Amino acid sequence: MRVLYSFVAVLALVLVSFLGGKVTGLQYLLGVVLPYLAFGVFIVGFCNRVIEWSKSPVPFQIPTTCGQGKSLPWIKYNRLESPNNTLEVVGRMILEVCAFRSLFRNTRAEMHDGPKIVYGSSKSLWLFSILFHYSFLIIVLRHLRLFTEPIPFFVPLLEMADGMMQIGAPRLYATDVIFLAAIAFLFSRRIILRHIRYISLPADYFPLFLLFAIGVTGLLMRYYYRVDITAVKQLTAGLASFSPALPAGIHPIFFIHVTLVCALLVYFPFSKLMHMGGIFLSTTRNMANNSRSKRHINPWNDPAIKPHSYAAYEDEFREFMKDADIPVEKE
Amino acid sequence: MYNKGKIIPGLIIFVALMLFAVFNNAGKKLEAPKPEKPKDHKECVLPLAEINKTHMKLLNDWRDEVIREGNREQIKVEGKMYERSLQKGCMLCHTSKKKFCDVCHEFASVYPYCWDCHIAPQEPQEEMVQQEAK
Repeated sequence: MRVLYSFVAVLALVLVSFLGGKVTGLQYLLGVVLPYLAFGVFIVGFCNRVIEWSKSPVPFQIPTTCGQGKSLPWIKYNRLESPNNTLEVVGRMILEVCAFRSLFRNTRAEMHDGPKIVYGSSKSLWLFSILFHYSFLIIVLRHLRLFTEPIPFFVPLLEMADGMMQIGAPRLYATDVIFLAAIAFLFSRRIILRHIRYISLPADYFPLFLLFAIGVTGLLMRYYYRVDITAVKQLTAGLASFSPALPAGIHPIFFIHVTLVCALLVYFPFSKLMHMGGIFLSTTRNMANNSRSKRHINPWNDPAIKPHSYAAYEDEFREFMKDADIPVEKE
Repeated sequence: MYNKGKIIPGLIIFVALMLFAVFNNAGKKLEAPKPEKPKDHKECVLPLAEINKTHMKLLNDWRDEVIREGNREQIKVEGKMYERSLQKGCMLCHTSKKKFCDVCHEFASVYPYCWDCHIAPQEPQEEMVQQEAK
């Protein structure tokens, strides 16, 4: 059922935008008004979410470490797995953001006769995630050719590298294939593995369906319906230059693609996709493990409450302690 | 708000990256590409709407059939036979690469690998003269 809801939601988006894409008046709505709205919601919603997060205090220094922490000078410590200063934290974060280091540690638990539980390494999720994310990044960067005029130098380079195999005309991009294959894997993982299926919600399936539909409509535009790319660029680059023009004769499939992308942009700030910003704010990763060398003060602390040392405590309660036969340091 | 010093610059970088295309395009005028059409020919191998969409596939198919399969059958346009060839076919009418092919291709950042093997034809005389005059 949870799969079906998400599937129907995406299907409904496709149908609505298909019907809209056929009517000239609605084409303007879908091709010009909706992208501006969606982009606005994306930017404002994204910033709003991050600012909201930043309002939560982090009372304790809570990095999760996976290596020897810094202590005595002759004990070698692990700079990346147990960072002690900001520079080392930055190194750790770069690996986390660019190489999904914590996902690389993903494990799988299996029950054997005995009963005995066995944990094993499980890298497939990491592999397909990283394939998916980098393909998506390259695809987004490649799309800059439609939004920029002049086109920045790196876009043709990316296109050339991506289409290196020179399969067909127009050239087949490796990232398109990897993108769809990786989503198919991430989806089938949620369907096939019982324990993952059990915890999967419509909010997990919906982005997968949506991204898959975006990829498929993109490929259809390129290989089947063969949308007039110069007309499309007049529209999209016009959007980025704030002088939108809607050339006639763009196939409805383009409006389906655009509407789905807009749906993704609108959905983004309100969903788990916010991990794009959230990864930078993950407190177990972005803090230094230096609570032994540096004092961290809980921002919640009431400044009126002063520190109370044991000596002061004993001074205050010495008589009571003596009465109760509790040993005291100073008589 | 905690960690203002990191959150705010982070968000500014994010917004700036997202608006990259806007900064990039600022002040530039967007003009639709207008490839120069041959003056003395009216008909192409396929109707306009179709050749617009499928010329890349057509050329790819021609290459496969002519070069790889050795099928050198000619094609009839306006009652005249033409070779199924980029340089000995298409470019007989569309004489200028710069004024025809490149106009749209550069606009849409499309770099077909035709010219990896073919030597780009000499641009028509008229343009050469203009370039020399410059």
